[in-house]
Parts: sequence; structure tokens; C-alpha cells
Amino acid sequence: MIRFLLKGVLRDRARSLFPLITVAVGVFLTVAMFCYMKGAEVGMTRYTANQQTGHVKVMTRAYARDADLIPNDAALANVDALIEGLKAEVPGFDWVARTRFAGLLDVPDANGETRSQGPVAGVAADLLTPGSGEPGRLELARGLKRGKLPSRPDEVLISDEFARSLGIGPGDRVTLISSSMQGAMTMTNFVVSGTVRFGFQALDRMGAVADLSGIRAALDMPDAAGEILGFFKTGVFDRKAAGAAARAFNASRESVSGDFEPTMLTLADQSGLGWYLDYLDSAGALLIAIFLVPMSLVLWNAGLLGSLRRYGEFGVRLAIGEAKGHVYRSLLGESLIIGVLGTIVGTALGLAVSYRLQSKGINLESLFKNAAIMIPPRIHSRVTPFGYVIGFIPGLLATFIGTAIAGRGIYKRQTARLFKELET
Amino acid sequence: MKRAALAAGVLVLCAALPVSGQTLSAASILEQVDRNAVPGSKIIQSEMIVHGRRDSRTIRAKSWVEGADKAFTEYLYPPREQGVKMLKLGDQLWTYSPSTDRTISISGSMLRQSVMGSDLSYEDMMENQKLAEVYDARAAGEASVLDRPCWILGLASKTEGAAYGSRKLWVDKERFLVLREERYAKSGKLLKTLEVRSVMRSGGRWVPQHAVFKDVLKEGQGTEFVIQSIEFDAVIPVHLFDKAGLRK
Repeated sequence: MIRFLLKGVLRDRARSLFPLITVAVGVFLTVAMFCYMKGAEVGMTRYTANQQTGHVKVMTRAYARDADLIPNDAALANVDALIEGLKAEVPGFDWVARTRFAGLLDVPDANGETRSQGPVAGVAADLLTPGSGEPGRLELARGLKRGKLPSRPDEVLISDEFARSLGIGPGDRVTLISSSMQGAMTMTNFVVSGTVRFGFQALDRMGAVADLSGIRAALDMPDAAGEILGFFKTGVFDRKAAGAAARAFNASRESVSGDFEPTMLTLADQSGLGWYLDYLDSAGALLIAIFLVPMSLVLWNAGLLGSLRRYGEFGVRLAIGEAKGHVYRSLLGESLIIGVLGTIVGTALGLAVSYRLQSKGINLESLFKNAAIMIPPRIHSRVTPFGYVIGFIPGLLATFIGTAIAGRGIYKRQTARLFKELET
Repeated sequence: MKRAALAAGVLVLCAALPVSGQTLSAASILEQVDRNAVPGSKIIQSEMIVHGRRDSRTIRAKSWVEGADKAFTEYLYPPREQGVKMLKLGDQLWTYSPSTDRTISISGSMLRQSVMGSDLSYEDMMENQKLAEVYDARAAGEASVLDRPCWILGLASKTEGAAYGSRKLWVDKERFLVLREERYAKSGKLLKTLEVRSVMRSGGRWVPQHAVFKDVLKEGQGTEFVIQSIEFDAVIPVHLFDKAGLRK
């Protein structure tokens, strides 16, 4: 029976081609969109984690309370020992120390007087240790506009827009005026090693990146850091595992009081990112659902059209004695075959495009150049195992349901009127 | 005889009456405080002990001060701060850091930063107007501080540019020294407190020798100021009050 139906579908293109193309296009769009949405979610999470939050972050309780104010007077002390402890206590993560800093960047003239000045907000990370993953995480090489990455503790990389507004470039000397860990005003000279485009409005207006050792010296923070970031060794944020690690870490210190005790937050706990992740999840599901409904309607319509076009054929088949149920079942069988074939073609096309976008991505930098949230400039698709099967939901269900509804007309056929209809 | 005894009794009674009971108004007390606080010139060696959130730090400095408008300070200790200089000329303030060989003007939002991590802001340092010029005073009672009888004055700002909306002073009735102070924002929120722990007499003047200044909004136990030596009416070289001299 299946073989018979398959032959019919393949040989009678007029009967199968349009529904098959419709299913394939719909499935292709579903698969490609699902993979791109997944990629956007993973990309944004990864970018935010790399730039700002880590998958988990350890801070002092006092720092965590006012983290947005960068309270370096409440920074973590004895950081090297703390990182060693974290490696043993919370395995499965790579741990790195970072310090955020803010202040003024002052540019001197030939006499050492202030030529220009502007507020600066930056991050200090381990840029100099060979094998450090930090330059890669911060994607500094990608955004480099002029000069080079810092190669000495007294070098700083600043945003290209900021550099132009201050009238400086690579090789120029600047003075960072900031606050030390004790809250005292500090002044430290740096050399601009290069300029970079971060692709994020706030950082492009006043951003800077320096090596951790240089900023430690500038802010009088020996063996101290504002934050210790933990990244899953897999590189992918696992919300459940991160939450479990943070709960266990914090529970072990619950009985110890003091503002300078370390506390661990997950990416989802920071700056409302949990809400953002929930939103992305639900937005993705909603988008797919919204897409599935019109897809089903289109395919239902295709089924209706096919059934209507074959109204005469059904009449003849009924007239020669074929049972209505058999005609109906054969119609459903055909729709399943078309659905499977269309889904396979659509999924193959969708995955091909998604794999391509997974490696190349789409550059949306110009679209988000003034974005207030951290969005990676290039968003890549992400092909997941679910991407292989998601197309079957609209591909099979929509054609099957569409045909099932349209095929109900078979049962309304009056055999007595058949010959009259065939005569006309 | 009876009349003479009565007259003598009245005289004794008058002498025993507190000054407030005599003719001094709140405004004139404030003027006396201003007069007492702004002498001609002085050289001060001082120590600042900053009790921060984590630990305490000691900072030593030497200051040359002329009136309320000119002050030059060189930090002597700890080694990280050694050689840092600060020059105040009227409304302007510069700081020089030897490690950067840069002289930076401190203005705008930087004025709200803390001086060497202490509870004192640069804005506090820049206060050079007499209190009577900026605030209206009213008597708010009497109290004893450091076993000294004091007037309590309530000050309300009368100019737009005042750093604080209102202040409360405990003024020594005899020495016209402020022994305790509370500084409030315009909203009425307490921002800073000053508590004099001891006073000393130098060059015929009474000065606070040991005081604790506390930024109430900041965690920590406040900043102690200890005057190690003070020399009044000292001759101060003119070049100290020259901005170009900061780099020397």
C-alpha cells in the first residue's frame, strides 16, 4: 500500500509537487530560524559571560551588594590562594581574576598640563601571561582598530571612539586618575598600545582594557581583584550546574559572617540576566509556535486545494466501489509521505544553511552599534540535536492535520450524484 | 551698707552668668568662631589615621597655610604617597604626583572624591568661605563637650553654592572652638560628623589637636586628625604657593 502510494506521489507531480515544496520551505524556515535563535541565545550568553559576568562570579559580599558602583575598596584579597581553593572546591571551571575600574583619563600637553580629559570605565584582565585565555574571551584582536594589544603592564587599550574624542592614538601617554583599594585618589601613567571597537555603546564611549598587573599597581591592589570569574571548561553556560555550584559554595560559608567573605553568583543571578535568559527561552518557543500556526494553516490550505482538485478522482474511486474510509486513509497516507519527504528536504536545506551560519555567522554590528545591552557583533547559528527533528513537528503535523480536515469532504460525497457530475 | 552689699551681689551674679546670658547672639558667636579659625599663617605637621572598611592607614603631611585661601601640603608618609603635593589657591586645587610627574587640577566631580581615602573630601578641603558668610545661625541650646560648656548653634545655608544644607555646631563658650559638628544635606540627611577629642594651646591660641571626622555614608570608623606641631604667624616662602613649584 505504502509502495503504491509512494509511486503515485512520485509519478503524479501535479498532485505532490506543490505540497512538497510548501512543506520543504516551511520546514526549512523553521529549522533555520530555530538554529539561528538558539545561536543568538548561546552567543549572547557567551558574549556577556566573557565580557562581564563569567558563568559564575566570586566577589566579596560587600562588593556584590554594590557591584554596579565598582567598589574596589571591597575587592577580594589574597586572590591567588582563593583561586587555588576554588580549583579544588569547585572543579569543572576555569578561574580568572579581573578588576573593573573607573575614573578619568587625562591627556597631558607638552608641559604636562591637562590637554584633554574624559571619564573612563575599564576592565583589567590577565593579558600578558602566555596561554591566558583572557584576550580571546574579551575578543580584543577582533575589534582592534589601531596599534596592538597591551604587551606590558603599563600599556592600555582604549576604545577607538574614546581615543578620537581625546585626540590621542597608539604610543601616546595618558594618566589614569582613579581610586585605590583604600579609596584614595591615584594617578598612574599608561601608554596607549592601541585602540579597539567593542561594539557596545557604553564601552565604545569610554572603555579601556589593561593588564591586571598594571591596574593592581595603579590602584594599590597587590594580590587583590574585584572579581574572580569562573567559566565552564566546556565553554557553554549550564544554568543548573552553575546554580548548584554557587549554592554549594555559598552554603559552605553561610555560617561565616563578614562583608569581605566571598560569595558566588551565577550569570543568571547578575544584573537581571536570569530574566533575560527566561525571556530568550520563552521568546524562542513563542516564535516557533507563532511560526508553526501559519505554517499549519498554509499546509492545511494546500491539503484542501489538493483535495478539491482531486474531487473528481475521489468520485470515480467511490463509484468503482472503493470504500470512503479507504480513500480517506490513502489520502492521509499520501500526506504523511509528502510530509516526510518535504520535512527531509526542508530539514536538510535548513541544516545546511545553519551549519554555514554556524561557522560564518551574520554580522549585525551596524544594526546594534548603539545597543545598550551586550550583543555580539556577529551572531552565529547553533545546530543542536533538536534542530534535526524540530522540522518534523510542522512538516508532518501540519500536512496530516490539513489533509485530515480537508479529506472530510470524502464522507460527504453523494454517490448518486457522481455520474451527473462526471457528465459535466 | 545694704545698698553696697546688694550692688556687689548683683555684680557677682552678673560675672557668674554664662556669656549667652550676656549680649552674644548666635550670629556674633559664629563670627567669633570664624575669627578664631582663620589666623594669618601657620605651618602644621599632622597625622591622619584613616580607619577604613578593612584596616587603618596612617598618613603624615606637612602643610603651609596662609589665611583661608592659600594652602600647600606635602605628603611625607607612607612611601606610596610620599612626595604627593597639593596646592590650594582660592577656588582652585591642584595635586602633583611624583610617580607620574603630572599636575592635575581637581575640579567638578573629582572634588567629591576622598582625600587619600579619608572621610574628608576635596570639597571639604576647599571650604574657604567664612561660616557667617554662607550660613544663618540660630541658638539651639547648650551642652557640655569634653567637660567644656558649649553653645549649640544651628546653621542654615543662605547661599546656593553651600556644600551642606545645614550644620550643627557645639562651640566652646570661652575659647570659641568648635568641639563637635554635624553636617547635613539639604534633605536633612546627616552626612558628616566631627568630634574633637582634645585641644592644645599654641602661640596663645586654642586649636583642636585630635579630632575624628566621619563620613556617615561611608563604612569604617572615620578618620582621625592629629596635629603633631603647629607654628602660627610663620614666614612662608612665596614660591610654595606657585603652581609651577609643585614639580620642584
